Amino acid sequence: MRQSTFILGAVVLAIALFFAPRVLENDYIFFAGYVVLQYIVLATAWNILGGYCGYVNFGSAAFFALGAYTAVAIHKFSPMPMPLLIVAGGIISGLVGLGMGYLTLRLRGVFFAIASLAMAVVMQTLVINWDYVGGSRGAYIIRPQQVEIFSYQLPYIQYLFAWMLFLAVASLVIARTIERSKLGYGFATIRDDEQAAEACGVPTLRLKLIATTMSGALMGMAGAPFPYYIGYLEPASAFSLTYAVNSIAMPMIGGTTSWVGPLIGAVLLGTVQQVATVTISSAVNLLLVGILLVVFVIIAPNGIMGAVQAWQRKRRKA
Amino acid sequence: MTAPLLEIQGLGKRFGGFVALDNINLSVAPQERVGLIGPNGSGKSTLVNCICGTLRNETGTVRFEGKAMDGLLAHERTRLGMARSFQLPRPFKTLTVAENLRVPLLYTVDARSGSKLSQRELDERCMELLALVGLADKAWQYPGDLTQVEMRKLELARAMAAEPKLLIADESMAGLSHSEVDDILALLVRLNERGITIIMIEHIMRAVMTFSQRVIVLVSGKKIADGLPEDVIRDPEVVGAYLGQ
Repeated sequence: MRQSTFILGAVVLAIALFFAPRVLENDYIFFAGYVVLQYIVLATAWNILGGYCGYVNFGSAAFFALGAYTAVAIHKFSPMPMPLLIVAGGIISGLVGLGMGYLTLRLRGVFFAIASLAMAVVMQTLVINWDYVGGSRGAYIIRPQQVEIFSYQLPYIQYLFAWMLFLAVASLVIARTIERSKLGYGFATIRDDEQAAEACGVPTLRLKLIATTMSGALMGMAGAPFPYYIGYLEPASAFSLTYAVNSIAMPMIGGTTSWVGPLIGAVLLGTVQQVATVTISSAVNLLLVGILLVVFVIIAPNGIMGAVQAWQRKRRKA
Repeated sequence: MTAPLLEIQGLGKRFGGFVALDNINLSVAPQERVGLIGPNGSGKSTLVNCICGTLRNETGTVRFEGKAMDGLLAHERTRLGMARSFQLPRPFKTLTVAENLRVPLLYTVDARSGSKLSQRELDERCMELLALVGLADKAWQYPGDLTQVEMRKLELARAMAAEPKLLIADESMAGLSHSEVDDILALLVRLNERGITIIMIEHIMRAVMTFSQRVIVLVSGKKIADGLPEDVIRDPEVVGAYLGQ
């Protein structure tokens, strides 16, 4: 499919997704859908570094939280429009991603994962001790009831939903573009064999920095609207391990080698979690993630997309 | 004599207290076919790694086309025209055979010329290279489906894709049968005829003797002989190193 056709299709689908729940006149769908969309962005962002380059990042929560706290800090100073907050969150988290990349990318495999987790702990400690954004007490954000768009009053949750929808489409387009580009080949060589990549002329360090920066920036963008969604932000929930675990589990379950994988994983796992929250209890969420991960590691270690690709390859051979 | 393509002066490398390479001097002329031999652990691969920038040498310099390579990273040296194959094939296993060749085309050939190859040109070049090594019908398979000899051919094809001036083939024939060795030898000779300088590292003496115009012998990180193949194998020091005194 051509890139322009893909973007057009995605935008049309996104507009349909926005108007469908409006027909149902049920705001809860926007609340739940926002979280699923947020996970599409996080999973896709994680996959740029984790899936394409093979660097497992356990610190996703930190990038997400930094985006959220950037928004809080700006809000405390002077409330600004959402697009600006998203851009600011993206810049801050992207810069931290670049810095983390520079400090840790000489580490491989499990050592990189540990370093990224440590980075998250350091960031959380810094935020806890930063009084301006509320420290460990947290910060309240009083969001407007509605936003006026072309003299139409749009409920705020729908406004947030629309932004997250935009971010989800944007991150999927970015991921798909990378996959088919020179950059995508470069990332794949890093995942497979860095020494051989260097021998083929691939500037591995520069590419890894591009990946950490992009991945971090997208996570930060996903975090920026969060304080407005939740209304009260405190470090323990913003830096929650849930984000880190979900950002890893969703691409793993969907499949890490293509942009479709994180999308499938996030929609599947995100929806299951939202349904479980209202039907059983929100505490059961992580348990579900754990069970699904174990099941997938056993029956489809390369995720849903991996299983589909293996089946196609087998059929072609036969 | 023409200016050397590759010149190594006083090169030394240690791993902790172990001296892997000690004051190595050698030069390779353009379009030459050089064999590099030595017992296991004599420092051949370490030397290749120092030449290509995978490892940093502590002393001495590597010059390529008269330019000092100090501080240049491996990918920068590849872009200047060095290419290598690895002793154990290291294909990009999640990319198809054809895509494996695309990587050096995209990252080395494009970067060197400053222009972008079109999709069609890329495909054509890949298929041309695969035809050269006899892997054309495997283009869309994954390296995991290849045999040992095919994997080694892919390794050479990938090094070739970077359009190098100097190709260093690190044991590209180890573990292959008699006729497979002939296959790879014929391939290397063909590449040399296209104007590429080749350094071949090999244990198979038959291959070294037929291929090389000059043989260099490393023992325990020192160069002990450098000359015509027939002279070198009669050198008492070389015989001693291989058979024991």
